[in-house]
Amino acid sequence: MSIKKICKEQPSDFEFNKKNLEEAKKIIKNYPEGKQQSAVMSLLYLAQKQNDNWIPLAAMKYIAKFLIMPYIKVYEVATFYSMYNLSPVGKYFFQICTTTPCMIRGAYEIVNACKEKISDKENQLSKDKTCSWMEVECLGACINAPMMQINNDYYEDLNKEKAEKIINQIQKGEKPTPGSYKGRKNSEPENNRKTLLNIKHA
Amino acid sequence: MLKDEDRIFTNLYNDHGADVLSAQKGGDWKNTNEIIKKGREWIINEIKSSELRGRGGAGFPTGLKWSFAPKEVGSRPHYLVINADESEPGTCKDRDILRFEPHKLIEGCLLAAYAVNAKKCYIYIRGEYFNEGNKLQEAISEAYEKNLIGVNACNSGWDFDIYIHYGAGAYICGEETALLESLEGKKGQPRLKPPFPALIGLYGCPTIINNVETIAVVPTILRKGAKWFSSIGKPKNTGTKIYCISGNVNNPCNVEEEMGISLKDLIEKHAGGVIGGWENLQAVIPGGSSMPLLPKNICETINMDFDSLVEQKSGLGTAGIVVINKDQDIIKCMARIARFYKHESCGQCTPCREGSGWMWRMLERMAKGEASRDEVDILMDVTKQIEGHTICAFGEGSAWPVQGLLRHFKKEVAKRNNFNPIVSTNKKIPYLVDQHLLDK
Repeated sequence: MSIKKICKEQPSDFEFNKKNLEEAKKIIKNYPEGKQQSAVMSLLYLAQKQNDNWIPLAAMKYIAKFLIMPYIKVYEVATFYSMYNLSPVGKYFFQICTTTPCMIRGAYEIVNACKEKISDKENQLSKDKTCSWMEVECLGACINAPMMQINNDYYEDLNKEKAEKIINQIQKGEKPTPGSYKGRKNSEPENNRKTLLNIKHA
Repeated sequence: MLKDEDRIFTNLYNDHGADVLSAQKGGDWKNTNEIIKKGREWIINEIKSSELRGRGGAGFPTGLKWSFAPKEVGSRPHYLVINADESEPGTCKDRDILRFEPHKLIEGCLLAAYAVNAKKCYIYIRGEYFNEGNKLQEAISEAYEKNLIGVNACNSGWDFDIYIHYGAGAYICGEETALLESLEGKKGQPRLKPPFPALIGLYGCPTIINNVETIAVVPTILRKGAKWFSSIGKPKNTGTKIYCISGNVNNPCNVEEEMGISLKDLIEKHAGGVIGGWENLQAVIPGGSSMPLLPKNICETINMDFDSLVEQKSGLGTAGIVVINKDQDIIKCMARIARFYKHESCGQCTPCREGSGWMWRMLERMAKGEASRDEVDILMDVTKQIEGHTICAFGEGSAWPVQGLLRHFKKEVAKRNNFNPIVSTNKKIPYLVDQHLLDK
């Protein structure tokens, strides 16, 4: 269970913009009638996206009314799941997996790179206020370890130099290409492929 | 080694493209309506006789699970839910299926849904797999356009819809009842079983929940026949499986191989061997972090299937193989896994919520050599008090890796943590009495 801090400075109100309102109505239709509560997770994502990557309390209240459910239920969901940010994070949010499979391949070197290049502490904005980083649990790319996620993209097969280079690029406003940084194709064994060599899709 | 033509996931590394046309060239969606016309009974029996076991970790026979769904739809609709909340450390097979083989999954959903009388299917993807979810959504839209799913899917007369639901970073939502809670828009805390989801599941309706890989192999089994599938592997452990080999190997990779392949073969042939050579191997976690580790002497001969691993008091789990070589501190590795479980415990049952934290703190101290001699046994005691005393299998999942460490590496742990507790034994004084008061 993750411990979450609710930001002390909260905006007084929140409302979906026109695009997200339509999107929200569309999402509710995915679920049976009367089960609109199911959409709460997707709606929290929408709110997070609209509000610079974090969810204010006002948004939870708004969603509770929107889905006709108690505010406390929305609050429960928002605090239970670790991907909802309840305080501001950087526009570029670095998540570094440090669970065992990544750890034994050197994930803490990447953590060090973030400490040097972004900020000393987790969840602290960098000097230019654009980036923040955080250690997270398994991101499900163990064979491409060590890796990090920046917003929605996975950067895989890293080492300290490569991670530093990526951070530099992002701080300059460029977008580094996601994927493997070893030059291998997805999850194939690098230079050691023994399978699926002669399969041709007719 | 498995022959290439027997591999199900021919696009595992995305050599051919994941769009519908490429998938159809590879054999997906071929005569799907003919399979459906053979009827529910036939599909379920075929899956039963293929002896397919669920690929999500527990290894429950899939055909049997499907047969638990009520035969007729009553007042409550049936649902099919696909568990794509892959978060077990060491596992990343479903990610590649979502990215590169989405049409195998979608076709499997249609066939499975037809077999269990479901007209709606929810695919629960972990929130971190945002890009993978987008790829799957593209594939779903393609399938709707070609009328492969939707109203009268594949001209079979069956209406079928698929929706994606994103999780938000909770490992526990991979547990099937927690996943249902999460789908219903609540926090993901597991439900008591019984009632089982096959009778009372999503919104209180009959629900069949399967892993991505299980469903994605279904179309190929039905096309090539149960006999073909059960001829691969070993009795009761049939078919092919995607193994994820990570950790200290030269070429970490995903590879599809037959069930029951030897672990040494997998590591040496496909993953390019252990870093520093086979002699440098310390231990292997064979099935995702929940499964107890195996020391080198067992790794020499062990085969990778459900039953062989259970004999060694471990398990195949999700087949996420984490190789740990002698350059690593094994206690530290396990302490990190314990921290994972402490972080991910949902907090519902006390033994797990409190115990996972205890195990983590004790192991952290043991890694530094700050624990006393007695604490090694206390740690074992803690794991025993969690195991079997929780609503869901997370309790076992968090306790087993620690038990595995103590089973095979107790000497190392005890060697590093060897000082006497404060009370000297000859005085025979209860622990809580302050020693200095007794000095004369």
